[in-house]
Amino acid sequence: MEELGLLMQGFVVVMEPQNLLLMLVGIALGVLIGVLPGLGGANGIAILLPLTFAMPPVSAIIMLSCIYWGALFGGAITSILFNIPGEPWSVATTFDGYPMAQQGKAAEALTAAFTSSFVGAFVAIVMITFIAPVIAGFALRFGPPEFFAVMFLSFASFVGMSKGPPMKTVCAMMLGFLLAAVGMDTVTGQLRMTFGSTEMIRGFDFLVAVIGLFGISEILCSIEDGLRFKGERARIDARVVLKVWASLPKHWWLALRSSLIGCWMGITPAGATPASFMSYGVARRMAKDGASFGKGRIEGVIAPETAAHAAGTSALLPMLTLGVPGSPTAAVLLGGLIMWGLQPGPMLFVEQKDFVWGLIASMYLGNVVGLIVVLVAVPWFAAILRVPFSIIAAIILVVCAIGAFTVSNAEFDITLMLIFGVIGYVLKKLDYPLAPLVLALVLGDRTEEAFRQSLLISQGSLGVFFSNWLVSSIMALGFALLLWPVVSWVLERFNAHRSRTGPALPRGA
Amino acid sequence: MIYLNFRRNPGVVTRFQDRNAMPGKAGMMLKGCSRRSLLMGAGAAALAPSLSSPALAQRGWEPNRPVQFIVPAGTGGGADQMARVIQGIVSKHKLMRQPMVVVNKAGGAGAEGFLEAKGARGNPHMIVITLSNLFTTPLATGVPFNWQDLTPVAMLALDEFVLWVNAESPWKTVAEFAAAAKQERLKLGGTGSKQEDQIIGVALSKATGAQFTYVPYRGGGEVAVQLVGKHVDLTVNNPIEAVTHWRSGALRPLCVFDSQRLANTEKMTDTMAWSDIPTAKESGLDVEYLMLRGIFMPAGVQPAQLAFYEGLLEKVRETPDWRELMQQGAFNTTTMTGDTFREWLTKEEAKHKTLMQEAGFLA
Repeated sequence: MEELGLLMQGFVVVMEPQNLLLMLVGIALGVLIGVLPGLGGANGIAILLPLTFAMPPVSAIIMLSCIYWGALFGGAITSILFNIPGEPWSVATTFDGYPMAQQGKAAEALTAAFTSSFVGAFVAIVMITFIAPVIAGFALRFGPPEFFAVMFLSFASFVGMSKGPPMKTVCAMMLGFLLAAVGMDTVTGQLRMTFGSTEMIRGFDFLVAVIGLFGISEILCSIEDGLRFKGERARIDARVVLKVWASLPKHWWLALRSSLIGCWMGITPAGATPASFMSYGVARRMAKDGASFGKGRIEGVIAPETAAHAAGTSALLPMLTLGVPGSPTAAVLLGGLIMWGLQPGPMLFVEQKDFVWGLIASMYLGNVVGLIVVLVAVPWFAAILRVPFSIIAAIILVVCAIGAFTVSNAEFDITLMLIFGVIGYVLKKLDYPLAPLVLALVLGDRTEEAFRQSLLISQGSLGVFFSNWLVSSIMALGFALLLWPVVSWVLERFNAHRSRTGPALPRGA
Repeated sequence: MIYLNFRRNPGVVTRFQDRNAMPGKAGMMLKGCSRRSLLMGAGAAALAPSLSSPALAQRGWEPNRPVQFIVPAGTGGGADQMARVIQGIVSKHKLMRQPMVVVNKAGGAGAEGFLEAKGARGNPHMIVITLSNLFTTPLATGVPFNWQDLTPVAMLALDEFVLWVNAESPWKTVAEFAAAAKQERLKLGGTGSKQEDQIIGVALSKATGAQFTYVPYRGGGEVAVQLVGKHVDLTVNNPIEAVTHWRSGALRPLCVFDSQRLANTEKMTDTMAWSDIPTAKESGLDVEYLMLRGIFMPAGVQPAQLAFYEGLLEKVRETPDWRELMQQGAFNTTTMTGDTFREWLTKEEAKHKTLMQEAGFLA
């Protein structure tokens, strides 16, 4: 086992006191960055990057990747407590995490989120350690058609999960696609739907929209409901952590499946956000009583968090071996590597063994340290809900505004956030589901791009989406998931018909 | 504004004027400025002595609040990397008292960043790094912006472009490649649409007589991997974007789009160094394209303020960290300031306009 020997050497590097200290600093900063919506991992790392200029590369990457782990952990906190996703990949966590907090189970939800994040990351790191070279080669097979197929699969696995009426779901999704199309069209290099306005050139940033749609609209709803949090009666008990842990092993299959979805999405590289949506959609589909998702099921927290962290971790693999970032944060780290004089790509594993294995060892240790840090803090995080609404709402508003501004340093985005807040409130009152809108907004751009790139390559033939076994099988899987509700509906009708004519049988869900 | 003028040393202004003695309107403007600042400098000494320390006065203008460094591109790309290296060098070698803050304004292929700089007329605490989108974005999108809306500070370097094919392809030379391209329509992968990569593609079509299908991607690294995975047939990646795949034996360089060969003679693979790649001209292709990596300031800044940044960038270029970046990316290290830079920009803009007009890319 050559890998194990190298990994041990990596641990020796990481265990140096200076590196351990940087690790702790990184995790703490990362959690903070994750909590603040808008100031994402990518922004946070970009700001701190020049500081690492004078450090040895191994120490620098340890600190920066620990910020990344911290941000992955931290993104869940505000999603669960306030329905405000700190990071794009935490959006799916709000679906069940926030209802749990409203039922007074914030501590349970946080513990489940952190623990499953850790599990997802751990599976991904083990994979990186032992089968990195094999998997890295696999990513080379992904051209535009394959990429589109993966995006299609994300949408397909998510369709039908919303509780709203189908037409409202479609409307919300189309609105998301429409908003995603504003700004630069990367395929033709033209501006679309900007109406000559300078502010519209940027398009609608997903984070700004989400902060408004989820966070601000939630505050508006709370104001209407009587100026208080529903979860304020939350019992704060350190033993909650142990209780949740005792209940987690029975979800092992869910966790494993979500980890695999995450790893796959991280490597392809589609990233953590679609991974979390896909994993949530699949979990809901596979559950016996899928309809109860979105009302505070712990599985609805485990699935997206596991997948997001697995994807976030494995996204570093294509970055290191191919020089292709699997996430915006990885893109900034990639720039960092070049600055430290390291050339990411296939030669990195051959020429910079110390660096690569130091990084991998720091992933193991960083995630363990991160888990301990955030778990210790669970009671305090949950206690935030006990602060009177009139105080915390003002703070949330300010943090949201800062977050919206930070995304691209634009004041206009704060106005936009408020507008989205009102839209979100209205949509909620009219019972339109927000999830499909958000999904279309976050993935719409890249899906469209991949689709048009594919058609450019094939000179307009749709056959390109079934041109080899890989893309064909992903597309087939996507269609199967998409048509599943129709098929099950038909089967149900058929069974109902039979049961009326035949012996009366109690019908299952 | 007045506060800034307090600190100016008239001597510095004069020296600057000598070096950049510009004819016509620009020269008049500079003279006007210096006279006004002389008057204000005199007044300032009496009005606010606490604000102008003698040491600062000796050194001319200096930023008195954080400098915003705008990158009209996303995080992680070539321009972003360079901006952050500069930021790192400035803070590591303490070249400036105030911090430098890198801000990405990537919207609309950089239009967002350029328009912000255009709107910040007279603001000496803002600099912009540019890539070819300085010319291509306004031409392709019709966004009301031109490089003359900014003050050119310095050309830092020129980025090279290399014609890459997959190492498993049968084409070993440009001639073989050109013959194949005429037989079947090859797919050219590049960054962005109607930007530098596609423009080179157009020039390549003109020179070889072959048509290419251009497939736009988001970033250079992604483009290189698409070529390794054989999803496209050729790319015109910058050296730094493709070097690792070259060294691992996955890609093959055919020519470089510069008038002379690359300088670096260190062996990158078993047999080849950067300097072993023939130029396009040597290989019978009349295509030359280099991408500007330059620094600009908003229009209407004071000469002393411009002089400060010119000096700052000169110091940056002298550091070993900068030389290492130049070496790694196999950059063309030509630098320019002042009038020569303006002339170069004028010529380059005309060249882009012609190429884009011929290709039908103008908005």
